[in-house]
Amino acid sequence: MPSYVALIYTPDVDWSAPEYAGEMAEYGAFGEAAASVIRGGAALYHTPTATTVRVTGGKGGDVVLSDGPYAETKEALTGFYLLECTDLDEAIRVASMIPGAWNGAVEVRPALPMTAPTDADASAPGAEARPTSVTT
Amino acid sequence: MSAAGADPARAPHLDEPTGLAEVLRRERRQVLASLTRLTGNLDVAEDAVQEASIIALATWPRTGLPPNPRAWLIVAAKRRAIDELRREATRPGKEREAITLALQCAPDDFSVGVLRDDQLRLIFTCCHPALAPEAQVALSLRVLCGLSVAEVARLLLVPEATMAKRLTRARGKIAAAGIRYRVPDAADLPERMRLVATSVFLLFTEGYASRSAGLHERRQLAEEAVRLGRLLVALLPGEAVLEGLLATMLLQHSRRDARFDEAGDIVLLADQDRARWDRALAAEGVTRAAEAIRLSSVVPERFAVVAAIAACHALAADASATDWSAIVAWYDVLVVLDASPVVLLNRAAAVAETGQTVLALEQVEALTGLEGYFWWHASRAELLRRLGRPREASAAAAVAAGLTESAAQRRLLARRYP
Repeated sequence: MPSYVALIYTPDVDWSAPEYAGEMAEYGAFGEAAASVIRGGAALYHTPTATTVRVTGGKGGDVVLSDGPYAETKEALTGFYLLECTDLDEAIRVASMIPGAWNGAVEVRPALPMTAPTDADASAPGAEARPTSVTT
Repeated sequence: MSAAGADPARAPHLDEPTGLAEVLRRERRQVLASLTRLTGNLDVAEDAVQEASIIALATWPRTGLPPNPRAWLIVAAKRRAIDELRREATRPGKEREAITLALQCAPDDFSVGVLRDDQLRLIFTCCHPALAPEAQVALSLRVLCGLSVAEVARLLLVPEATMAKRLTRARGKIAAAGIRYRVPDAADLPERMRLVATSVFLLFTEGYASRSAGLHERRQLAEEAVRLGRLLVALLPGEAVLEGLLATMLLQHSRRDARFDEAGDIVLLADQDRARWDRALAAEGVTRAAEAIRLSSVVPERFAVVAAIAACHALAADASATDWSAIVAWYDVLVVLDASPVVLLNRAAAVAETGQTVLALEQVEALTGLEGYFWWHASRAELLRRLGRPREASAAAAVAAGLTESAAQRRLLARRYP
């Protein structure tokens, strides 16, 4: 069966903000409805969290980072990887080995954790502020 | 013995309220650094440290200063963070649990090594290359220097609301993009130290060369940068790049009182009253520059070489005693590290001072890509003037004047190249 990538273009919103909970629920519903054909995917944090990675001077060259999304329009989106890394440093290290990093640029953007919300996190109100004293 | 039960008469004397404020100011960065490690979250840490400071201000006048104010503040901030997380409703439950658990399990370790690493973690995070340079500068002032948002905004000539937004965005990126609070791996450390040095130097030059900020603001920025430079050398001793950074800043800063005349106009190095140089600062800068060169490996660190050039000026009793051939030699080393047009332009200016004006002008005019650069035109103007070509000098000066926002620089050009 052929594979397809559905790239989602929308206003640059912060999906983690409470006002998008409704739309996120719609995505959740879509995810369930289309579960038989979805192989992977992610909602992304908004573009201010992006880091653009370039390698100058060809493979193995200097890794040059810039804060923000990939802004030039000369190149087109030609592929993507979903990476699981411990932190941004590791993601940058991996991104700098993608050939696109020296033949273009690679934008690294964090993906929103998409686990279902639990209600096990009932807070403990009434935990009153108490004066802190420290024994020494 | 509990701090609350301490005999106030035996506690160190506190000169209220400045004594307390001073202790809190001094301890803030360390406490914040440790809390950031414990919570893994700068926002939570900053709020907790703020609250712990308020509790300290309310408690210490009664109880006297605790024997270890730093440990007291870290423990107090930790408790505030746990309380705050319990109440907080907006943070996702999982994240809240994770931070709370981390806080509860962390041992109270106030050993020198742990505290030192905490500060390094915070420094490397604020100066992470995935943050925009202006965000690094703003975060450094807010988080590492402990200035208020209003102060940072005032020093960087940005409206307070804009600065608050810039800082929020930077913190948001650290959290969402997964910039982790840690000291870089040994393999990455040299390069990351260079990036931290560049970031601190950016903060320094922001103060040193700021165009429209007042003299007082410029000086405060430079002094904050020097303080950070000293902290870096203390935390990571024996590093050529950090010694070089501190040396460069000390040497430049030693000339601060001679750089402007009473009218606020720039005084060129050759015309500066060297009696107004800060000799103690310059002497320390020279010593550190030598140390930076000594610590350098086969390929010297850029900051070490820049410091060596500044040291050559500091060592000359007056402008005519400057050893310009030594400076040209250091520029030759710098060119090996960085053959950018700006470095080559500075080298040509040093060549001119050795008396080879014609050669220097040839070298300046051979440079390309500097057509929009103030100092390229200003250097041409000076060399043409020295070669007795006043009409061309005046034309070059006019182009230079159009490229600077500094009224002082424009006045200088108008005076020198009529």
